Amino acid sequence: MTSLERVERNPKYAELVNARKSLGWTLSAIMLFIYMGFILLVAYDPKFLGTPMGNGVTTIGIPVGLFVIVSAFVLTGIYVSRANARFDQLTRQIVEESK
Amino acid sequence: MIRKLATSAALTLAASPALADAVSGAVQKQDTNWHAIIMFGAFVLLTLGITYWAASRTKSAAQFYTAGGGITGFQNGLAIAGDYMSAASFLGISGLVYLSGYDGLIYSVGWLVGWPIVTFLIAEPLRNLGKFTFADVASFRFDQTPVRILAACGTLVTVAFYLIAQMVGAGKLIQLLFGLQYWHAVVIVGILMIIYVTFGGMVATTWVQIIKACLLLGGATFMALMVLVKFGFSPEALFAKAVEVHPKHQAIMAPGTLISNPLSAISLGLALMFGTAGLPHILMRFFTVADAKAARKSVFYATGFIGYFYILTFIIGFGAIVLVSTNPQFLTDPAKGLAALKGGSNMAAIHLANAVGGDVFYGFISAVAFATILAVVSGLTLAGASAVSHDLYATVMKHGNANEQDEIRVSKITTVVLGLLAIVLGIVFENVNVAFMVGLAFSIAASCNFPVLLMSMMWGGMTTRGAVIGGFLGLISALIGVVLSPGVWEDVLGHAKGSAPFPYANPALFSMAIAFIGIWLFSKMDTSARAAQDKAGFEAQYVRSQTGIGASGASAH
Repeated sequence: MTSLERVERNPKYAELVNARKSLGWTLSAIMLFIYMGFILLVAYDPKFLGTPMGNGVTTIGIPVGLFVIVSAFVLTGIYVSRANARFDQLTRQIVEESK
Repeated sequence: MIRKLATSAALTLAASPALADAVSGAVQKQDTNWHAIIMFGAFVLLTLGITYWAASRTKSAAQFYTAGGGITGFQNGLAIAGDYMSAASFLGISGLVYLSGYDGLIYSVGWLVGWPIVTFLIAEPLRNLGKFTFADVASFRFDQTPVRILAACGTLVTVAFYLIAQMVGAGKLIQLLFGLQYWHAVVIVGILMIIYVTFGGMVATTWVQIIKACLLLGGATFMALMVLVKFGFSPEALFAKAVEVHPKHQAIMAPGTLISNPLSAISLGLALMFGTAGLPHILMRFFTVADAKAARKSVFYATGFIGYFYILTFIIGFGAIVLVSTNPQFLTDPAKGLAALKGGSNMAAIHLANAVGGDVFYGFISAVAFATILAVVSGLTLAGASAVSHDLYATVMKHGNANEQDEIRVSKITTVVLGLLAIVLGIVFENVNVAFMVGLAFSIAASCNFPVLLMSMMWGGMTTRGAVIGGFLGLISALIGVVLSPGVWEDVLGHAKGSAPFPYANPALFSMAIAFIGIWLFSKMDTSARAAQDKAGFEAQYVRSQTGIGASGASAH
């Protein structure tokens, strides 16, 4: 059995591939949803974003915009922390076991 | 004047944040700015010192292209952020906030959201599969010659447009800031860039980028803090004062005219988001770190720095409304108020530096803006030179049997040629509005480089023919779409308003779809022997992309 076959038959490899795929695409979809949601809100309901909060001049649009920026960072952070904790460990084991 | 500013703002929105647009047209040469020149001189000396040090470590191809994979995730994060935080985004976005407030925030968000996608889908497999250029990955299991040619075309076209936009912007900006002649500025940028890249390769380019990123982040942080201090760290107080003094009043706190056509907005959004994931000089950065883990971390840091930077530019833009537009010293005609900013709206951040930090800090920020352009063009040139030497020369012409030293030599010669070409084109395009070029670079990156790269890593059914036809269809449709869009058809080519055959600001929505469908369709229809070989190679490629087994590691120094 070649080392390639050994990797592919290792259940940990299937686990790694599936976990990474589902996390990566889920987070991508969330990011796309947040950003396109923001753009569509700007295009179709700018008045909502321009509504002042309380008695001040700061509008709802300010925290919403900040939320999009911060969400990009937080989503990336979620991916990296999951990957550091689980994917790297699985990868190490798969590489070890393929030898 | 107001109309001119409005047009330039509209162009910024339509095409790009190229600083070129707001300093387009005739620019008044300013008095020689000695603080800026001395500080820029110090930056140049420091970076030349680094280049000298780097030159002694740049003997092998791996060191030349990727700094031997010896850059840490944090350093690479700073360098990626440095590649991305161009003078265009610093001056362009703060200028946009100064003119129209909230619209600037909407715009900057688009430039950030591509980064998480890069992390989730691209960074790790890219690092595991590639060695020097993204073409290594895109052509991994395919017939090398056609796919490398496609990737090299995608790289060179993207680099060329991005480079011209930066050179023209550099000339105008430096004329404005330093009081130098336009062509002096272009020549200085071109020559320094050639020196950094030919002698220091990726090591020098990376460190120039890191230093510049630190200076820019430091300078911007200082400015934002100085603004906030004046308002007791209350954003509400800052906004309230800005609403009071800005001619648009409360409207600056809401979306304005930036996005009127949703389809156009989505198309531009896609170009920004996925173009980021297809920029060759950015993709190349992932090979400078040791492994997939470091690649992933570097995007995380980069996303943090870039997001933080955009928040700062928002504060800086508002700070400029309050502190610059109310000060006659910065206006050409105080009676006209905010719109009569000396040097155009892109100077908002620069004038603010003067307002909060005096002449010395003004000189510092001017020098940082110059350094920023220099660092970005170096990264671009290195990416272009690698496509020629590694993809075209070593792989296509020499079928992978090129002597390493010859390959480096070709790369250096290409760098010199690209540098000289950039100088000439920078001078030729002096009076052309080049704002559309960054938008074009992003559309092509999103419609050619990104689809081919993503599909080659993810889809086992892809074949050489599908990659080449789909990739070129994406490239050509992006190119045609941009030429026929209002930004070029009406504003550059001078046809009547509303006559543009393609009504949207950016073609990405359509050209990306064409590329993906083209790749899928022509792969499916491909029944050649090569196609069978392409598909058979996927399994091994996929295992390597996921686990890193067989990936090229960091070379010892």
